[in-house]
Amino acid sequence: MVIVNVIVTALLGAGVFLTVVGSVGLLRFPDFYTRLHATGKCDTLGGGLVILSVIIYHFFMYPETLLVPAKLAFLIFFIFIANPTATHAIMKAAYKIGVEPWRLGEKRR
Amino acid sequence: MSLKEKWFGILLTFFIMAAFWILLSGIFDAFHLISGLICCAIVSIISHGLLVKGKSEKRILKSLRLLIYIPWELWQIVLANIDVAYRVLHPKMPIDPLIIEFETTLRGEFSLATLANSITLTPGTITIMVEPERGKFWVHAIAKEPADALLVDQTMQRKVAYVFMET
Repeated sequence: MVIVNVIVTALLGAGVFLTVVGSVGLLRFPDFYTRLHATGKCDTLGGGLVILSVIIYHFFMYPETLLVPAKLAFLIFFIFIANPTATHAIMKAAYKIGVEPWRLGEKRR
Repeated sequence: MSLKEKWFGILLTFFIMAAFWILLSGIFDAFHLISGLICCAIVSIISHGLLVKGKSEKRILKSLRLLIYIPWELWQIVLANIDVAYRVLHPKMPIDPLIIEFETTLRGEFSLATLANSITLTPGTITIMVEPERGKFWVHAIAKEPADALLVDQTMQRKVAYVFMET
């Protein structure tokens, strides 16, 4: 059980770290498009790792209800499809209405 | 669409939806199972065309190739997150954004969507727009190296084209 706890904690820590990095990137990056780079990628894997740790914990602590890990696995699957699609949709909307991309050397917006 | 194709579509939709029903409900008495299966049958007869589109050869081979492609893609996602974390946490923020355009040989809906989502999840690039007629992609890259990976190496385009056999 100690090993399970270590793995679960490591995965949770990695997921939380990535989510925090995504938020820091949202605040630090200079314009709309680069901010989406930070949130679109880090939130996908960050959320996925957190749910994966919950799956492993539930699998070893409550082995009598295997339906819950299965449902959580579907959550990961849907996050990995929906997150890049939503990022792409926001990006396309911004590009269509003419948000200018930031270039190196310009002032941050 | 031939009759055989249509029945295949209906059956595939029915089995997927029945599996989902059983998995998500978690109740295994006769009443819930039978009412669920009846609902699945009605929906799959009406709207099977949404999930299984028309005719497509070598479905099983393509699915197998997609299964091999997914672990590589997952590894790319991990690399992408390390890359973004490095750029965010570096004191000088080594970014140099640019927008690139390139054309691919892909035409199918599913393959274009797969490539677009893969580009968004791999290091330093996000798909802005796709033009299905010419297979053309507009991509926002956060620096020069990830843009070169798409323009010069074209590993990802070749892999997706191999999966869906649209070279």
